[in-house]
Amino acid sequence: MKLVTQVNFTDGDSFYEALMALHRSLDDSQSLEVNARLILLMANHIGDNQVLKEALEIAGQSVTASHQSQ
Amino acid sequence: MQTTFENPRYPFKHHSDLNQGTAVHHPVVIVGAGPTGLAMGLDLAMQGIPSVILDDNNTVSVGSRAICFAKRTLEILNRYRCVSPMLEKGVTWKKGKVFFQQDLVYEFDLLPEKKHKLPAFINLQQYYLEQYLVEFIDTQQQVDLRWLNRVTEVTPGVKGNRLKVETPEGSYVLTCDYMLVADGANSPIRKQLGLESRGQVFKDRFLIADVLMQAEFPTERWFWFDPPFHPNQSALLHRQADDVWRIDLQLGWDADPQREVLEANIRPRLEAMLGEDVDFQLEWASVYTFQCRKLDSFIHDRVIFLGDAAHQVSPFGARGANGAIQSVDNLGWKLASVLKQQGPTTLLKTYDIERQMAADENILNSTRATDFITPKNKISRVFRDATLQLAKDYEFARTLVNSGRLSTPARYLDSPLNTLDDEEAFDGGVAPGSAALDAPIIIGDKTSWLIDILGTRFTLLIAIDKTDISRVGESLPELLQSVGVDLVPIFLFSESTDLEVPKGAMCICDPWGYVAQRYQLEPGTCYLFRPDQVVAGRWREFTSDSLISAVNRALGFDMEVMP
Ligand SMILES: Cc1cc2nc3c(=O)[nH]c(=O)nc-3n(C[C@H](O)[C@H](O)[C@H](O)COP(=O)(O)OP(=O)(O)OC[C@H]3O[C@@H](n4cnc5c(N)ncnc54)[C@H](O)[C@@H]3O)c2cc1C
Repeated sequence: MKLVTQVNFTDGDSFYEALMALHRSLDDSQSLEVNARLILLMANHIGDNQVLKEALEIAGQSVTASHQSQ
Repeated sequence: MQTTFENPRYPFKHHSDLNQGTAVHHPVVIVGAGPTGLAMGLDLAMQGIPSVILDDNNTVSVGSRAICFAKRTLEILNRYRCVSPMLEKGVTWKKGKVFFQQDLVYEFDLLPEKKHKLPAFINLQQYYLEQYLVEFIDTQQQVDLRWLNRVTEVTPGVKGNRLKVETPEGSYVLTCDYMLVADGANSPIRKQLGLESRGQVFKDRFLIADVLMQAEFPTERWFWFDPPFHPNQSALLHRQADDVWRIDLQLGWDADPQREVLEANIRPRLEAMLGEDVDFQLEWASVYTFQCRKLDSFIHDRVIFLGDAAHQVSPFGARGANGAIQSVDNLGWKLASVLKQQGPTTLLKTYDIERQMAADENILNSTRATDFITPKNKISRVFRDATLQLAKDYEFARTLVNSGRLSTPARYLDSPLNTLDDEEAFDGGVAPGSAALDAPIIIGDKTSWLIDILGTRFTLLIAIDKTDISRVGESLPELLQSVGVDLVPIFLFSESTDLEVPKGAMCICDPWGYVAQRYQLEPGTCYLFRPDQVVAGRWREFTSDSLISAVNRALGFDMEVMP
């Protein structure tokens, strides 16, 4: 696994707070748009397709798992 | 509607097969005289193989359909010696722009590298391409092109096929060793044989219109997402020959194709796009739903499928006819080798292997573009628009904008016909399985192009080291004898020389170093090219043994040991 899942934040609490602040005053469709931009920016920063694939897979697990158990 | 082009009407010609009481046998029968079938006849003629082409119609494409023909297609037509009229008539281009709403978000240049004989792309109406192919075929003894000959029934067999053909003078029966099926996307023969081309239909409709106008737009591919003149949909503008412009307008799935194709409904859409003061005339229009699909296997005993009958794509990326011509290029020499008994019949399997890889790539690229242009649901629309929005300001996002990844030569990197490089022998250049790269050269005292002298036969390019010339020269006759096929040795010198080249070899000069640079040549480096100009293998040093085994491998003789 190439994706870093150990702690890598310089300041996790501050990131989380900023993320919430960014979305606080947005409606759902605005949040969707902002999230999409954020994902694209971060994905390009990561760049490595292997890392991205691993992240996509883990991200999708919660819903694919519940999908399968139906 | 059409004023710039009148479809030629080719007459039905009586032929002797009609008089025979029994079926006449031909080695190769090609069904369909679209771009694929016509090119196939020419390819086989280059190999000295006669063929009969049967077409149910008596003219070339009605309406334009394909317009963008890629460099690789032009190189293949160049090999058939019939590219000149297309280049003369076609509009050369290599640049494109992508707009989102009001703004330019992305620009591209498809051939940033200079010094190639043929341009990245020309735009030429499909009917012209076909007409020029037909005119050239008329000069070829080996191709028997029969208009108004409709294949109505096919009986395939492991040893050969039987075809029933209907003509204005009644029907007749033919037998053939190989039937090459190029009868288009709806392939009646595919249906008759119970074969299914599998893939997906895209839930969207596009108005494709060709308009005649004097306009100031540059000769570039312009693509708009969500433009002010056609909100929420995409649009494309591209120049063709005769001041005809191709316009694609996305309409959405709910559009009514019967209504949308009426001139009264098309005009206001085009006026919104072009401006009300632009004077234009509608040449041709049609409403399409696109699909990407292919057959699981292109070969069924002695029936071989090619072109849209075998693999079909949406037009974003211009991979339809361009992919089809590459399939022809791939099949021609293989079928010829088998018919001349120079290669085993297993060689044909590699047509399927290599062109399935290429079809997958073409379908993948066309599907990705179509999905970007027509987002499948709300969230894919959100991502698409976010990408376009970011692309205005951030370079990285421009690479994600996909209005079609334009056709490039297929690379058969995993082909069983390749001889792999010795470890670390090359770090760049043209890898086995890739099509040749062109470069300017000098032959005698004339400038020429590498692409002009490669292909149709096996070619061995040797960047000759002057000190090595006698050793190579001595082993050449033995090599040429042992390979059992036509092989042309080409000696490449970096500067002009009066050194005597061995008999039977051709001598070229690379004074500007383009060949050396593009192929990463060092003194002694050799490249073996297949008859379709694809690199079969390469070495840092000439040895007869490695060459002979590479030719044999490229002819499919190693295939038996494959899993
Ligand atoms: C709007 C549009 C835009 C496109 N743009 C591009 C582009 O820019 N670049 C590109 O590369 N491709 C493009 N394409 C795709 C391209 O047009 C096709 O890939 C191409 O026409 C395929 O050629 P073909 O010879 O395989 O089939 P076709 O051109 O369909 O020819 C098949 C032939 O077989 C004949 N036939 C059928 N049944 C029988 C029978 N039973 N007996 C005898 N003859 C028969 C037909 O009359 C026809 O002449 C575009 C397509 C469309 C629709």
